[in-house]
Amino acid sequence: MTTIRSTAAEMAAALAAGTTTSVELTNAHYAQIEKVDGAVHAFLHLDKEGALAQAEAVDAKRKSGTEMPPLAGVPLALKDLLTQKGVPTTCGSRMLEGWRPPYDSTVVSKLKAAGIVILGKTNMDEFAMGSSTENSAYGPTHNPWDLARIPGGSGGGSAAALAAFEAPLAIGSDTGGSIRQPAAVTGTVGVKPTYGGVSRYGLIAFSSSLDQAGPCARTVLDAALLHEVIAGHDERDSTSINAPVPQVVKAAKKLDVKGMKIGVVKELQGEGFQSGVLSRFHESLDALVSAGAELVEVSCPNFDYALAAYYLIAPSECSSNLARFDSMRYGIRVGDNGERSAEEVMKLTRHEGFGPEVKRRIILGTYALSSGYYDAYYGSAQKVRTLIMRDFNAAFAKVDVLVSPTAPTTAFKIGEQVDDPLAMYLNDIATIPVNLAGIGGMSVPCGLAAEDGLPVGFQIMSPAMRDDLMYQVGGTLEAALLSKWGAPILDKAPVLVGN
Amino acid sequence: MSGISREDVAHLAKLARIEMNDAELDHLAKEMDVILGAVARVQEVAASDVPPTSHPIPVNNIVREDIVRPSLSPEEALSGAPAQSEGRFKVPQILGEE
Amino acid sequence: MALNYDQAVAKYEPTLGLEVHVELNTKSKMFCSCATEFGGAPNTQTCPVCLGMPGALPVVNGRAIESSILIGLALNCSVAPFSRFARKNYFYPDMPKNFQTSQYDEPICVNGYLDIEIETDEGLKAFRVEIERVHMEEDTGKSLHVGGATGRIHGADYSLLDYNRAGIPLVEIVTKIVGGTGKYAPQVARAYVTELRDILRSLGVSDVKMEQGSMRCDVNLSLAPMGSGALGTRSETKNVNSLRSVERAVIGEVIRQSNRLESGERIVQETRHFLEESGQTRPGRSKEQAEDYRYFPEPDLVPVVPDSAWIEELRSTLPEKPSTRRARLQADWSVPDKEMTSLVNAGLLDVVEETIALGAEPTRARSWWLGEVSRLANEREVDPTTLITSAQVAEVIALIESGDLTDKLARQVVEGVIAGEGNPSAVIAQRGLKVVSDDGALMTAIEAAIASQPETAERIRGGNIPAAGALIGAVMKATGGQADAAKVRELLLKHLGQ
Ligand SMILES: [Mg+2]
Ligand SMILES: [Zn+2]
Repeated sequence: MTTIRSTAAEMAAALAAGTTTSVELTNAHYAQIEKVDGAVHAFLHLDKEGALAQAEAVDAKRKSGTEMPPLAGVPLALKDLLTQKGVPTTCGSRMLEGWRPPYDSTVVSKLKAAGIVILGKTNMDEFAMGSSTENSAYGPTHNPWDLARIPGGSGGGSAAALAAFEAPLAIGSDTGGSIRQPAAVTGTVGVKPTYGGVSRYGLIAFSSSLDQAGPCARTVLDAALLHEVIAGHDERDSTSINAPVPQVVKAAKKLDVKGMKIGVVKELQGEGFQSGVLSRFHESLDALVSAGAELVEVSCPNFDYALAAYYLIAPSECSSNLARFDSMRYGIRVGDNGERSAEEVMKLTRHEGFGPEVKRRIILGTYALSSGYYDAYYGSAQKVRTLIMRDFNAAFAKVDVLVSPTAPTTAFKIGEQVDDPLAMYLNDIATIPVNLAGIGGMSVPCGLAAEDGLPVGFQIMSPAMRDDLMYQVGGTLEAALLSKWGAPILDKAPVLVGN
Repeated sequence: MSGISREDVAHLAKLARIEMNDAELDHLAKEMDVILGAVARVQEVAASDVPPTSHPIPVNNIVREDIVRPSLSPEEALSGAPAQSEGRFKVPQILGEE
Repeated sequence: MALNYDQAVAKYEPTLGLEVHVELNTKSKMFCSCATEFGGAPNTQTCPVCLGMPGALPVVNGRAIESSILIGLALNCSVAPFSRFARKNYFYPDMPKNFQTSQYDEPICVNGYLDIEIETDEGLKAFRVEIERVHMEEDTGKSLHVGGATGRIHGADYSLLDYNRAGIPLVEIVTKIVGGTGKYAPQVARAYVTELRDILRSLGVSDVKMEQGSMRCDVNLSLAPMGSGALGTRSETKNVNSLRSVERAVIGEVIRQSNRLESGERIVQETRHFLEESGQTRPGRSKEQAEDYRYFPEPDLVPVVPDSAWIEELRSTLPEKPSTRRARLQADWSVPDKEMTSLVNAGLLDVVEETIALGAEPTRARSWWLGEVSRLANEREVDPTTLITSAQVAEVIALIESGDLTDKLARQVVEGVIAGEGNPSAVIAQRGLKVVSDDGALMTAIEAAIASQPETAERIRGGNIPAAGALIGAVMKATGGQADAAKVRELLLKHLGQ
C-alpha cells in the first residue's frame, strides 16, 4: 500500500500501476501538512488549488493512456527562492512579501513538464543566508526529530518537509551547504549538483558563482530521479553546462563500489567535529570498504581557508545581487509619504525589508569590493578559490570521490547560535569547498549520534560533471546501512502528532 | 585586520542604501571587526602567482542569437509594482535630476 | 574683463577627452530577447531580465559582440584575446538591477586611433586621435518627472519609469587624452565625432542619430597655462547631442574654465550638463562624495574569448573606409580639398552622393546642400539632412537644368519644401512658381517697361547697353520674378535694335 511514508519511486510505481492517483497522493500530503506543519513550519505558502488542478490533469492524462514521465503525479515541496508564476515567492524575506512572479523558473518549468505536483513553497533563511532557517522573516522551521532544534539551513523547510512526511520530494538550493547540511541534520538525502548542471534561471540569486539548485529526498534513488528531471542545459543561463546530464538514476541503482577509490579528506574530521558524528562517519567508511571500496587518505591543505574565502565571495556577490531590492519595481515599499526622495525610500525599505544577517553580509560584501580593499579581500578570496580547486584536482587524480562528514555537529537548539555569526558559519565548514570548486556534493544519512540520538550526514564529493559517481557511492552506502539497520532511519524519528 | 569604525560602517551603509541608526552602526562595526579579522586570513595564501577564479566552470563565448522573443505584457511587468501610473512604474521623486 | 574664446586659447592650452556612447541597432536587447524598436508604449518591451526581476539571468547578444569587434577593427584597435563583463554597482531608479553590466578592466577592444582632418589658418591639417578602449554595456530606462520643477511640493513630486530602453546594447568608445590641438580643440572634437559617426554608419551597426540619442557624446576638457606642459583638472560635459553642440560645448567650457582660472578659482572635477539654448554648461547631478562602483567580474556571464579566425572573418566584412571613400568621391566629383572638408564636416557627404546618384550635376548638388540648405538649417539650428531629402534636392536641380526654374525660384521651392508644403512639384503648383518663358507674355511686359521709361529705352537704342538693367528689373518686377532674366535681356535688346 502506498502511504505518505513511501518513497517517491514507490509512489510513482503505484501511480503507474493505477493503485493510487495523484489527487489521492496530493490530498494525503495536504492532510499531513494540516496535521503537523503547525509544529514544524516547513511551508510558507501552500498552493492547494494549483496543486490539485495539476494532479487532476496528470490523472486525466494518464487515464487517457498517454505515456507519463517517471515522477508524474508525485508531490513536491519547493524552496521559496525559485520563482513559480503567480505563486508567492518571498525568499524568506519581508522584502518580497506579497510578490507573485510573472514567470516560472526553469526548474519549475521542468517540474511542471514532468507532471510533478508542487504542493507549496518551503521556509528558508532569508535569501538563503544561514544554516538554521532561523533567519526567515516568517519564523523558524523546527526539526521533526526534535522540535526545539534547528532543521539546518538555509533549506530547512525543504528538509523538514521530507522528514515530517509532508512531501516525498523537495527542491533546495546550495550555495555553501544549504541542501546538504539540512539533509544531514534531518536524516534525509540532499544533493548539490555540479555547478551549471541545473539552470539558475528563476533561482533568486544569493551568490551567483556558488548557487546551485538540487534535489532533496528521503532516498538516494528518489534524489536521482528528481535530479534527472531538473538537470540539463538551459540557454537562458549562460553558466549552464551544455553537455548530457550524467546518468545518476542508473548510478544510484548500481549498489556496487568494488574497485572504487574513496578519498577521506584529512582536514574535514577531528577538531570541531562532534564525536558521535565522527564515529558514524567511520562506521560508514567501514561499510564502504566491506562493499569493496578502497580508502585513501588525502590531504587538501587549502580547505582551511575555504570558510574565509566563502565569507568574502558570497557576501560580495550578494551585496550586488540584492541591490535590486529597492522598492521601485516590486516588493514592499517603506516610508513613501510623498515627500521623501527615491533614495530615502530605498534606504528605509532596505532597513525594514532585510533582516540582520542579510544586512551583515551586504555590508561585509560592500566592504570587500570597495576600492582599496578589493585586492586584499575579494581578490585574495578568488585566489584561495583557485587553490581549493587545485586541491580537489590533485585529490581526484588519485581517487574517484572524496568523503567527509557533512556537518561538524548534529542539529543544535533553536536560538543557540543566533548571536554568534562566526559559530554559525562553522556549520558549513565541510560543505563549502564543494561550492567554491563548483563540483558535486551529496549528503546521505549515516545513523544517529550516540550522545544525542540525532541524525548524522555522510558527504560524498564527486568531480565536476561526474555526479553519477556520488550517486553510485551514496546508493551503495544507503543500501549497506539499511540492511544493517533493518529500517529507514526516519522510522526512528518521533511520530509527530497534530495539535 | 580590524579597526572598522562606526563611520566606516555608516559609509558602507550609505553605499548599500540601508538606513541605520547609531545603535545598529555600533553593533555592526563590532561584528565587522570580528568577521573581517577571521576572513582576512585568505591573504596568507593568496600569493601573487595564483590566478583568481571568478567562475568555477571554465567556459567561454556563450552567446544568444539576435532574435526578438515576446516580452511580458505591461500588466505582467507592472504586476509587482508598489505604485504605477500610465503604464509606468511610479516612484518617489528622483533627486538631482534635471 | 571676461575672456572671450580667442583670448582664452591665447593664454591656456586645452586638453580633450571624448567618450562616445553608441546604441547598437541589434533587433534584441543586450542581455535579453526584448525588442529594441524605438517608440513603443511604456514597458511593453520588458521582461524579467531587463526589469531586473529576482531570479532573472542575462545572456549576451552575439550580434552585439560582433558589432563591437567590428567597431574596434574599424578604429584600428586590437581585439582583446580575453575580455569580460563586470558589474558597475550604484543605485539609480532607472537601472533595474542597481548595477550596470559593463566592461571594466577587460574591454573587448583597446589601443586604436582615428585620423581626421581639420581646416586651420594654414590650410588642411591631419590629426590623429588615439582610442583608449571600446567596450560593451547596457542602457538604462527612461524617467519622466512629474510635479513642481523646483522645490518639493508635498504630494506633488514623483517620477514615472519606462524600462523599454533598459538593456539596449551600448558601445562606449573612449579616446586617450587629446592634446596639442591649441585653439582648434572645438574643430578637432567635432571632426572626430563626425568621422566616428561616418565609420559607425558605414559599418551598419548603429543608427548614429545624435538628435535621437542613439549616439551621445561626453566631452572632457581641461585647461593648463600655455606652455606649462601641465594637465589641468577636467570637467565632463554630458548631454551633448549634436555635432554642432560638440563644438559649442568645447568652446563653452574653454571660456568658463579660463575665466574661473583668471579669477583665481579652482576647477572642480565634476559632471556638467550642456545647455543647448545658451551653449553653456551647468553642474550635473551631485555625485556621492566618494563614488565607489565596486566593479567585479559579472558572475552570471562567461568570458568573451574571440579566436583569430573569428576576428579575421569579421575583418573581411569591413566596408570601405570613409576616408578611402572620400578620396574616391573627391576624385569623381573633382572637388577642391577645402570644399570636400566642408562637406565632410557638415556631415553632408551621404546626401550629396545620393543627390548625384539621382542624376544631379555634382557641382550643383554640392552647392545646394552646402549653400542654401545649410543656410536654412543654420537659421533653424538643425541638421540640414532633417530638412529636405536628397530626392527633393535632386528634383529641384533637375528643374533648374531643364530651365523650368531659375535659381531664385528654386530657392523659393526649397523654402516651400522645408515649410512642409510637400515635394517640389507640389510647391511649384501651389505657389505658381513657373518660369515665364512664353515670348508673347514677356514681350507685353517689355513693351510696357519701354513705355514707362522712354528715355532709358532711347539710351539703349543709342548703344548704352548697361542701361538695359533698369528695364530688365522692371520686367522682372512685373512678372513677379518668374521670368528668366537672361531671356528678358535677349528679347529686350533685340527689340531695341541691339
Ligand atoms: Mg559607461
Ligand atoms: Zn527584456
